[in-house]
Amino acid sequence: MIIDNNQLLRFTTAGSVDDGKSTLIGRLLFDSKSIFEDQLESVSNTSAKKGHDGVDLALFTDGLKDEREQGITIDVAYRYFTTPKRKFIIADTPGHIQYTRNMVTGASTANAAVILIDARHGVIEQTKRHSFIASLLNIPHLIVCINKMDLVDFSEEVYNGIVTQFEEFSSKLLMKDVRFIPISALLGDNVVNRSKNTNWYQDGTLLSTLETLHISSDINKIDARFPVQTVLRPQSEENRDYRGYAGRVASGIYRVGDEVAVLPSGFQSKIKSINAGEQEVQEAYAPMSISMTLEDDIDVSRGDMIVRKNNQPEMEQEFDVMLCWLANDAAKPRAKYTIVHTSHEERAIIKEVVYKMDINTFERDSENSNLSMNDIGRVKIRTTRRMMLDAYRDNRNTGSIILIDESTNETVAAGMVV
Amino acid sequence: MSKYYLNYLDELESEAIYILREVWAQFENPVILFSGGKDSILVTHLAKKAFYPSKIPFALMHVDTGHNFPETIQFRDDLVEKLGVKLIVGSVQESINNGRVAEEKGKNATRNALQITTLLDAIESNKVDCAIGGGRRDEEKARAKERFFSHRDDFGQWDPKNQRPELWNLLNGKHFEGEHFRAFPISNWTEMDVWNYIKRENISIPSLYFAHEREVVFRNNSWIPVSEYLKLEEGENVENKKIRFRTLGDITITGGIESDADTLGKIVQEVSAMRKTERGDRSDDKRSETAMEDRKKQGYF
Repeated sequence: MIIDNNQLLRFTTAGSVDDGKSTLIGRLLFDSKSIFEDQLESVSNTSAKKGHDGVDLALFTDGLKDEREQGITIDVAYRYFTTPKRKFIIADTPGHIQYTRNMVTGASTANAAVILIDARHGVIEQTKRHSFIASLLNIPHLIVCINKMDLVDFSEEVYNGIVTQFEEFSSKLLMKDVRFIPISALLGDNVVNRSKNTNWYQDGTLLSTLETLHISSDINKIDARFPVQTVLRPQSEENRDYRGYAGRVASGIYRVGDEVAVLPSGFQSKIKSINAGEQEVQEAYAPMSISMTLEDDIDVSRGDMIVRKNNQPEMEQEFDVMLCWLANDAAKPRAKYTIVHTSHEERAIIKEVVYKMDINTFERDSENSNLSMNDIGRVKIRTTRRMMLDAYRDNRNTGSIILIDESTNETVAAGMVV
Repeated sequence: MSKYYLNYLDELESEAIYILREVWAQFENPVILFSGGKDSILVTHLAKKAFYPSKIPFALMHVDTGHNFPETIQFRDDLVEKLGVKLIVGSVQESINNGRVAEEKGKNATRNALQITTLLDAIESNKVDCAIGGGRRDEEKARAKERFFSHRDDFGQWDPKNQRPELWNLLNGKHFEGEHFRAFPISNWTEMDVWNYIKRENISIPSLYFAHEREVVFRNNSWIPVSEYLKLEEGENVENKKIRFRTLGDITITGGIESDADTLGKIVQEVSAMRKTERGDRSDDKRSETAMEDRKKQGYF
């Protein structure tokens, strides 16, 4: 298999209970021949035990003991498959329990979101919620699968009605690339193989859409941002003066000789060398893990950011974020949290809840300032020192933060810089 | 603009290096859990890249069941010497001698589950706050739920239903005294990715992975190597077969497959045509539907 230039595409699947999400994933894995014999055998046995006809594709995504017993998904699970065109990572997120928390987690690194709609029911409240989160997390591509087409006689009219319904409500959301596909996960129509039942549909199947989405420009290539993770100082004789700044390029492109500034100090220098592992390279771009050395001996440490001299992020100590609350205990105004942004940590307080979002109606409620589990709202955050921020819309890596409760060490919130 | 993207192997490599560097930055005393298998060899290789030109800043920790392939131990010792890193060995035999654990009895007795106690003891006595493992999410359904940074309480236990959400690339390794973390830098790699990368980078791996002649008996649908620990059962015959191992565990439970693949290129070809999962020949996973989940909750790798 020659797959050397294949890209990696991460996608998340969202759906409500019984809309066939597990069946769809099972179908994708099965029809793309990603299921092994022993897995198939084990699922066939379980299907027979449960009295299902044939193989229940949904069982391929079964996970923990409790999930199998209760027939639900509790936590995000990751699935993998490869086709001759791409490698795929599916973040399979549960449809009900702690919905927002899990979907936000799965969505945070996704290139694409697959949203399922039951053709018999059309757009429901959960569809709106899923779409809102996909748009909030700025997932570059959205694929709306209208499932169970077999149960509406593969009707073009039903399909078109749902597309219109979706477009009407989603006009309030910011989404760049939305596609619609009529499918039957159960029977396989338009999942991997083209359906003979939907001659009125001309575009690609779900798999061919996933294989051809243009994802090279999903990462910001304009604004060069390099958060320093750690400083490499080898103890050996021949490298005595070596100071390599190690990190993963968050966005943009760096070249040897570039004039750079180190934030927050503002000291300026030039890139002397760039290494990718043992290999010296002339340029580096997101998301490469590299180390670089600078011409001048200046103080650089973890949490600093190396940027281009003439393209710098905002330096703020007080800023607004859209915050998703993930913990059982509600947000406490004025309480101190640890804020993590790239490799930089500070202490922070939530100064004010500006408004809470009703994720079913997209309405803003500025009277209600209580953020509890699975709530989303716009808040003002104040930090002990300045943070080097970009808007999340422009840069997912340098526009995202988490809050950690200092008394429990739990990750309690995820935020996107407005 | 179009040339500025990574292929999937480079992206997986970059992600793993990022995680290894986060471990180094966030923990006081991390180690790499080294079994001598391809996944922990891969993690060690990635660590070398992550910290170049510095040495790997982690010790290798090996939980030695005493039931090893001699080739694995030789490979381990050679690698430790080449890299100039410290080796910590936790010995299951010692745990048995000290009365910490009791040897399993019966015909399918193994030392697999006993490793949990030895591993947790070694983590505690060496004050390790993060143990880096080569676990992959594609291996097994319980492992599919793992985080990159996976919290363990002060009993070393994993609570899969109550894990910290992991968003973007922001990893939270904060912990209290006595607790530790497991880190899984190659979570997103599949068996095929591992082999493709080993071939691309020409990483050296134990000879056991290549086809070779060996005395074996057929048991539980695979070829179990003859060793001093193997008790022949009635009706079992020792045969000489050309086999190789797809995964390496204890010599007592690791089944080989018949194969002619004696180069990395042939292994990649063979694995891509495989119709069975890698752990399908591991009797430790066959004990029950949730064998891995049960062990993992107690503190297994």
